[in-house]
Amino acid sequence: MKMVILPKESLPEFIGHLCPFGELHVPVKVSEKSYAFGRVNDLSDIELNYTRTILPLKKYVFKPVDVMFNFCAATGYETTVEETDAKRVIFGVHPCDIHGLKILDLVFGGKYVDGYYSARRNKAAIVGMDCIPDEFCFCRSTGTDFVDTGFDLFLSDIGASYLVRVGTSLGDDMIRAADSLLREVQEQDRQAYKRRSTQRRESFQTEVQLQELPEIMDLEYDSEVWRRVGDKCLSCGTCSMVCPTCYCYAVFDELDLAGGSGRRQRRWDSCLFKDYALVAGGHNFRPDRDSRIKNRYFHKQRGFVSQHGRPSCVGCGRCKVYCLVGIDIVEVIKELRSEIRV
Amino acid sequence: MCDHQSHATHNNPYLPHPARIIRTLPQIQDHQLFQIRFEDEDMARGFAYRPGQFVMLSVIGTGEAPFSISSAPTHPGVIELCVRRIGHVTKALFALPPNALVGIRGPYGNGFPVERLQQNNLLLVAGGLGMAPLRSLLWYALDNRSKFKDVILMYGGRNPDEMLFKYELLNLIDRTDVQCLLTVDRDDSGIWKAHKGVVTMLFDHVELDPNSTYAAVCGPDVMFRFVLNELLERGFSKDRMLMSLERNMQCGVGKCGHCMIGYKYTCLDGPIFTYWDAINLQEMI
Repeated sequence: MKMVILPKESLPEFIGHLCPFGELHVPVKVSEKSYAFGRVNDLSDIELNYTRTILPLKKYVFKPVDVMFNFCAATGYETTVEETDAKRVIFGVHPCDIHGLKILDLVFGGKYVDGYYSARRNKAAIVGMDCIPDEFCFCRSTGTDFVDTGFDLFLSDIGASYLVRVGTSLGDDMIRAADSLLREVQEQDRQAYKRRSTQRRESFQTEVQLQELPEIMDLEYDSEVWRRVGDKCLSCGTCSMVCPTCYCYAVFDELDLAGGSGRRQRRWDSCLFKDYALVAGGHNFRPDRDSRIKNRYFHKQRGFVSQHGRPSCVGCGRCKVYCLVGIDIVEVIKELRSEIRV
Repeated sequence: MCDHQSHATHNNPYLPHPARIIRTLPQIQDHQLFQIRFEDEDMARGFAYRPGQFVMLSVIGTGEAPFSISSAPTHPGVIELCVRRIGHVTKALFALPPNALVGIRGPYGNGFPVERLQQNNLLLVAGGLGMAPLRSLLWYALDNRSKFKDVILMYGGRNPDEMLFKYELLNLIDRTDVQCLLTVDRDDSGIWKAHKGVVTMLFDHVELDPNSTYAAVCGPDVMFRFVLNELLERGFSKDRMLMSLERNMQCGVGKCGHCMIGYKYTCLDGPIFTYWDAINLQEMI
């Protein structure tokens, strides 16, 4: 993989060179402890020292509410005029979130390609950036602390500079545009990168064992753990909304006031919502909170492994950070493994 | 299929194709058979599907829901959906005027593995609305009669007034290349000439070779359990017992998540599952 060095003092100028490649979206501070991806007027508002944003990148490629097409009583269903979403450059994306996008690619691709997703995905350039984990991060355990693909450029902090990995042809165009700011990798950079690697590894405070977890989940299908977690869960769906890989959606038709036309839309849904598995006639396949939260864990840690060979959890820690009642995925898994009893 | 609309439709799996309800045939209380024809002639004639597959039907302004196809692919031109008025989409569907424009997309799901079923005896066991998907397989087998060995239908309803496709099925009783066993739990009218009693009672009337027979079972939960037990007792392999499952479906193409059971999407991996699938995956039945 092609690599170059970007001195830190040149970063603002480098970001400036990215602007012709699309609308720039960067991490910004939105409150004392919260960050979000968004637009900035002033490059100094970029907050590179963030650990996680509230919402992951899915908000760009799979909108919280999205119009799918219009309908009209006389003529039926018609696709809306091709939405020309601007090209975007999303800067400062951490490895877990890049893995999140790669997992969404699996879901929205396949036999039936979701065009709403892929159109936006193809217009989003990803400039990744490495990070130091906090106490909630467990991406080393999920194997998502490092990315090899899924970015156009990836910046690793090696002290006075960034080591820039070039992942795509578009990424190569980007560094060519900023050529004067970059230099070749030298011996001291190689050593600095290795030190950074060790520093990142040693910073992890949370670890969870995912090996054999699918089998253990089958063994613990009737475990008391689910009743206790279900008792705590509010079914609010926050964990689904902030999860980089939760992709469920609900479809609904919205009518214009005149009644003759409207639009079909979809919005983020959560398998924790009470009506998620409800069918016409009133039968609910998961009427209680225990079965719903168990289903969420099973899909992430068990079902996805069967379907795609890996869990769909990327270890970002958001579900734990934002859970209103403090349900901790790491503790739940450790309980299932009988490593702890809460 | 080369105009702009068709092209856009082709690229968007969520966009329904325009179709007309060309006939409604009342069945029993709150159940109707809807005959639907695509407006696009190529689609109307060329809509290929397997028995057991389903379509997503949209009622303009109300919403969309999944329905198993009740017609057989051996009768092209129209598709038939046997629908119970039970939710908001079906309520609106029943209220549509003649020749109403609706949206259809599909077919979706795996359908019955008809290639695997051929050269075998076929036992269809239905209860209530379970006849809807099995009718497709029944006519497929009767229209490809030489490809199957014995074809047996067992269908049970609560009473004669609650039998779907009643006259069509009664007409099969004297047909010699199919064994059509119909039963009702109760008959207050006294005019019912076929069997009386629960559907499992019909097993006393047939000879079944479990090694050369596939059973397709569809019906209410209670019936499922009794029929599956009956088949197990007769030595059927769990792989030779097929069932059609129902779940909340909002996309039909394995994205929206609602029909997920463990790691199977009912809409992609089902709705037809073997009994082995069903017991191997918690939560399925």
